[in-house]
Amino acid sequence: MPIQYYIFFCLTLFSIGVVGVLTRRNAIIVFMCIELMLNAVNLLLVAFSKMYYGLATQNGVANTVGIDAQIFVFFIMVVAAAEVSIGLAIIVMMYRNTHSIDINFLNRLKN
Amino acid sequence: MNVLEILFYALSAFALVSAIMVLISKNPIHSVLWLILVFFAISGHYILLNAQFLAIVNIIVYAGAIMVLFLFVIMLINVKKDSEPQKHLYVKFIGVITGGSFLTLLIALVKQALPLVGKNVLLKEGTIGLIHPLGKALFNDYVVPFEISSVLFLSAMVGAVLIGKK
Repeated sequence: MPIQYYIFFCLTLFSIGVVGVLTRRNAIIVFMCIELMLNAVNLLLVAFSKMYYGLATQNGVANTVGIDAQIFVFFIMVVAAAEVSIGLAIIVMMYRNTHSIDINFLNRLKN
Repeated sequence: MNVLEILFYALSAFALVSAIMVLISKNPIHSVLWLILVFFAISGHYILLNAQFLAIVNIIVYAGAIMVLFLFVIMLINVKKDSEPQKHLYVKFIGVITGGSFLTLLIALVKQALPLVGKNVLLKEGTIGLIHPLGKALFNDYVVPFEISSVLFLSAMVGAVLIGKK
């Protein structure tokens, strides 16, 4: 499978996440679209790791080429889990203070 | 067209349709359920790439833990469906135009990139995605970041409790 197909697929998924962040006002949906973008990047990292692994095995080099990308994806998932717990706590706190999860309320942070 | 390509196209179409349904669903709970389907499709892609460890971790962490947290918060907050604020139509239009031009620009860029021509992704084969090599790499070269991430989890837990306690 050519690497371009994976890049096109992940770019489309990422762009859907960008459109979601730009067009929705529900804070939870915006947060979910950020998760979608993170997942698109994760899939692209794994695809590139398998691309370099395939190239290395063709040339007969060591058989752990590309394993760093998969470790990196694992750490991205770890950070995403921590980020979600904090972000949802902030959304719950925001709902308790304003009784709404409209992100336009957050522009009062300016003053 | 062999079976791997058919699986790739089917999983990609499934993921894209589910991702679009996340955006256009009015009810946030439906959005969460569609997002779980996206995560399952991406796990299918990981299995197709023979990254078995990441496929299982993706299902456990994302579809299992994070999405349950989202559902829990949505049910806790209990947003009224009719009063959900909507952006103006022109803001939505501009958002879609921005995302579409972003996508078009990057696709045009990738199509012209010469270093990517003729490079193939190794499907179904390869041992780097299995638990044994990943575990050896994680506990030899990456043991310090692994331990630091446990401190990160502890601080995230303390922070969530502190924020949620009011």
